[in-house]
Amino acid sequence: MNPQFAAALDLLPGYLAWHVLLSASALALGLAISLPLAIAAARRPRLRWPLLALASLIQTIPGLALLALFYPLLLAVSAVAEAATGRGFSALGFLPSLLALTLYAVLPILRNGVAGLAGVDPAIAEAADGVGMTPRQKLLQVELPLAAPVIMAGVRTAAVWTIGAATLATPVGQTSLGNYIFAGLQTENWVFVLFGCAASAVLAMAADQLLGLAERGVRTRRRGLIIAGVAGLIVGAGLAMAPLAGSGAPTAYVVGAKNFSEQYILAELMAGELERTGARVTRKENLGSNVAYRALAAGEIDVYVDYSGTLWTNVLGRTDNPGRAAMVDQLSAELRRRDGVVVLGSLGFENAYAFAMRQDRARALGVASLVDLAKVAPQLTLGTDVEFLSRPEWKAVDAAYGLSFRATRSFQPTFMYRALGGGEADVISAFSSDGRIAADRLTVLSDPRGAIPPYDAVILVSPRRAADKRFLDALRPLVGAIGVEAMRAANYSVDRDADKRTPAEAARWLRAQSAPES
Amino acid sequence: MIELADVTHRYGAQVALDGVGLTVRSGEFVALVGGSGSGKTTLLKTINGLVRPDDGRIAVDGEDVAAVAPHLLRRRIGYVFQEVGLFPHLTVAENIGVTPKLLGWGPPRIAARVRTLLDLVALPGDVADRPPSALSGGQRQRVGVARALAAEPGVMLMDEPFGALDPLTRDQLGADYLALHRQLGLTTVMVTHDIAEAVLLADRLVVMRQGRILADGPPADLLAAASDPAVRALLEAPRRQADRLRERLGG
Repeated sequence: MNPQFAAALDLLPGYLAWHVLLSASALALGLAISLPLAIAAARRPRLRWPLLALASLIQTIPGLALLALFYPLLLAVSAVAEAATGRGFSALGFLPSLLALTLYAVLPILRNGVAGLAGVDPAIAEAADGVGMTPRQKLLQVELPLAAPVIMAGVRTAAVWTIGAATLATPVGQTSLGNYIFAGLQTENWVFVLFGCAASAVLAMAADQLLGLAERGVRTRRRGLIIAGVAGLIVGAGLAMAPLAGSGAPTAYVVGAKNFSEQYILAELMAGELERTGARVTRKENLGSNVAYRALAAGEIDVYVDYSGTLWTNVLGRTDNPGRAAMVDQLSAELRRRDGVVVLGSLGFENAYAFAMRQDRARALGVASLVDLAKVAPQLTLGTDVEFLSRPEWKAVDAAYGLSFRATRSFQPTFMYRALGGGEADVISAFSSDGRIAADRLTVLSDPRGAIPPYDAVILVSPRRAADKRFLDALRPLVGAIGVEAMRAANYSVDRDADKRTPAEAARWLRAQSAPES
Repeated sequence: MIELADVTHRYGAQVALDGVGLTVRSGEFVALVGGSGSGKTTLLKTINGLVRPDDGRIAVDGEDVAAVAPHLLRRRIGYVFQEVGLFPHLTVAENIGVTPKLLGWGPPRIAARVRTLLDLVALPGDVADRPPSALSGGQRQRVGVARALAAEPGVMLMDEPFGALDPLTRDQLGADYLALHRQLGLTTVMVTHDIAEAVLLADRLVVMRQGRILADGPPADLLAAASDPAVRALLEAPRRQADRLRERLGG
């Protein structure tokens, strides 16, 4: 069997279990919310338009944005709850995913519910009154049974949407089948991407078919079909969620990672060190840059790796450049004072923003530094990752050199390198520890004015683990242990097209490089 | 006995009932006739609370309709209307048994009642387990009548009950219902726009126009005594029709 396919299959029980739990909960909650709303809207036409318009509006918000928006919202609610009751809750992971997906499930059920109830023949409604039914009896014995096939069709649509959109729960820290897609996209593991898509599509189709069976049962009034469909759903969901039942013990440690290969490898490396002490470890991967730090400060993840320059500019809001060592020292003091976050130490390498060009192109244009680049920039296209142009580092570079490009385009990091190779971009905002710089023989432009801050990789520990000796002792050996060459090689082994390693394999290889004695 | 006093009702600016007073004695068969928009259907629906009048007082068997929960009132009053409104997701037997079930009758009593009623409305017993969609229009309306009679009401309200049926079926059903009315000692108020039907079935005609009662009495008396030319024209129409039919057919 293809080793990547085998690796994907290995991860399936856990991913599928969470995916099913998440989408089934969202669907049930969506049904519980939208059915009463549909009944209210069918009774009061004046309520109908605003309700349907609101539901449609929510549907137009891109799924990823809706999920992401719930994070700050819940963080604020959690802070209020903590202030009021002394207990907060996690704003990351299951809860924001559940709420966003529930909102997605509401529209189809609401719309079909209103259509189904309003579509009941007025003569039959009048007959229900005429034979002496109360409004409640009329609803339960006549209107809902008659609207049931239409409502069921809405539930089917909602199920398919919810299962598809649940893949987007990965970036807010909720494990789902989306983990295949997001991780695969970052590491160019197309087997993973396809596997994730196929698994979620098969799941959606299975749910749709079983609901379809129940719908046919409702429409043709065949009780057997309804029971078969519903039982199939319950048994299927139960089997899929079975792996979660065993994991009832509280999770010891949560290792976080942002959304690129180096982060996956370092997360695996740290998780490995913690697991060696016998601790249970879970991973929350694919977090956005700012989400990761806030999640750490809030104690939702216990440890992740960030970069000094990023923290300096994005968290502390500083634009000056005190030099590498001073920056790490000041960061340690400031982050501890502000958020109680511990900077455990530098891993030993830097992953800075680095403007890179194809060697032949740089030579032809005579560009070796950012000063040279400024002269020819108006003829060139800049390719960046999706966040670079909104980051303070870019503003600092732009202020120092006056870079005005013909065009700028943003890509997922993977595609940024491809764009440079394919000529869609002339210059990219590469990462200095990226293995592809050496592999693609890119020219890194020098920064004579020192506008780009240093980006030492540092291990950050959450406040609630600041005094956990076992935890800190397990991770401390990593400080100063990873050189930039080893990191580049590990990154490349995950990113390259052929003979790819998984992040976990790369982490084991990296550990062997850095700590040969154990 | 049904008593209406000064009943007034408006739909927006439109006056549907304008101070109507009417008394229907027990065992009487009253037909409400009149053109579209005359207020006859609205009047009928005020009796079982499907329409709550803006003003006036309605009593059924001496009890003020406004003082009873509408669903309890309707369980005591049979209601049949043109569209029938059989519940498509229930069998014929379940449709007939719906009001007894709401009243909390036990299943054996309901089953026995359904058999009696199918017999009474001249339907074969084997339709009981069929869905309404498997029946003809005439059969469906017979089920509608059976459903209205199921809880042994003393009062029957009928709104164009046979209006959508072909003439033969309609004639047969009308005659069958009149027999039931007499046999069960019912009080019946029927809305119809078919004067011939009204004359053939009812003890008493109530002619309405623009929310008021124009004339009220036994068909023969009205024809003899009605002073309003519109009422005369209305009542003479079936006779003229019968005369022309006789001429053409040589009867």
